[in-house]
Amino acid sequence: MRARLNGVLRDLPDGATVADAVTALGAPTTGVAVAVDGEVVPRAAWDRPLREHARVEVITAVQGG
Amino acid sequence: MTEPDRIAPAPDPLRIADREFTSRLITGTGGATNLTVLERALRASGTELTTVALRRADGSGGTGVLQLLRRLGIDLLPNTAGCRTAAEAVLTARLAREALGTSWVKLEVHADDRTLLPDPVETLDAARRLVADGFTVLPYTNDDPVLALRLEDAGCAAVMPLGSPIGTGLGIRNPHNLELIVARASVPVILDAGVGTASDAAVAMELGCAAVLLATAVTRAQDPELMASAMRSAVRAGRWARLAGRAPKRFWAHASSPAPDA
Repeated sequence: MRARLNGVLRDLPDGATVADAVTALGAPTTGVAVAVDGEVVPRAAWDRPLREHARVEVITAVQGG
Repeated sequence: MTEPDRIAPAPDPLRIADREFTSRLITGTGGATNLTVLERALRASGTELTTVALRRADGSGGTGVLQLLRRLGIDLLPNTAGCRTAAEAVLTARLAREALGTSWVKLEVHADDRTLLPDPVETLDAARRLVADGFTVLPYTNDDPVLALRLEDAGCAAVMPLGSPIGTGLGIRNPHNLELIVARASVPVILDAGVGTASDAAVAMELGCAAVLLATAVTRAQDPELMASAMRSAVRAGRWARLAGRAPKRFWAHASSPAPDA
C-alpha cells in the first residue's frame, strides 16, 4: 500500500498501521503526535490500519517562537 | 551599600488562566545556536514559561529542547507558528496537546513570510474554535485595541500584541495602542515580538503590560546569557515602576528645589 508520510509518498506493507508509519519515518515514539487525513489520532489508536493513500503527519516539538 | 531587593512590592504573581508565575518574562527558544547556550540563557532569564514550535518529525531527533525544558522545570507553551489559516492552527494545536500533554497554546496565524504579521481574521476564527475545544489560548495579535477586545471576548486567556514585527528588534512602535489595549483588557496583556534590548522590555511593563514574551533579543544577542539577565532585570524594573506610579509629565520646568528667598 502507499501513504503520504509527512508529505512524501511511501510504500508500506499492506495492513500497515499508524504506528508502522511512525516507525517508517524514524520518528521518536514519545513527544510526537500523529494526524491522519487532518484528524489527530490518539496514541491509544495507533494500531489502527491506514487506508490507501492516507495522509499521515507526524509532528514533534523543536526550538522556535 | 546597595540592597536592591530590600524594597519590593508585595508578592506580585502573574496570573494566566488557572496558573501563577513568579516571573513576568516569557521566553522563546528560536534562534539559539545550541542547547547549551539556550540552557544558560533560560537559567539567567528566570523564566517559568517558554515557547516551542512544532514541525514534522523524522529520524533526526529534535526533542532535545523538550528534555531541556522539562529538566529545568519550565512550563511548555507550544506555538502554531507557520500556520496560515485557522484550520491549520487548530490542527497544530490539537497535535501539540497530544504530543506535549498541555492544552495551552500560543496561537499564531501569520499573513505572509515577509512581515509575519498576524492575520486578524484567521486568528480570531482560530481563537474561537480553540476556546470551544477546551484550549487555554494566548493569541499573538496586532497592536489593535479593537481586535484585542474581540480576542478577549472570544475567551482567550491573555492577549499578546506585538511591539513591532517578529525578529525586527524595533521596539514598541505604537505605545499609545498598547496603552489602549491595557486600559480596556481584563485579561493579561503580554507584549509579544519586537523587543530589541532591555529598555524595550522595561517600557512595555511601564505601559502596563503584565508580561513580556521575547526570543530573538536574547538568542541572537552577542552574549545571550547576559542579555537574558538584563531582560529579567528590565521586566522587573518596568513592573515596579508601573506599580510605583510615574511622576506626572509636565510641559514646563518645575523646580524640585525650593525657590530662593526674596
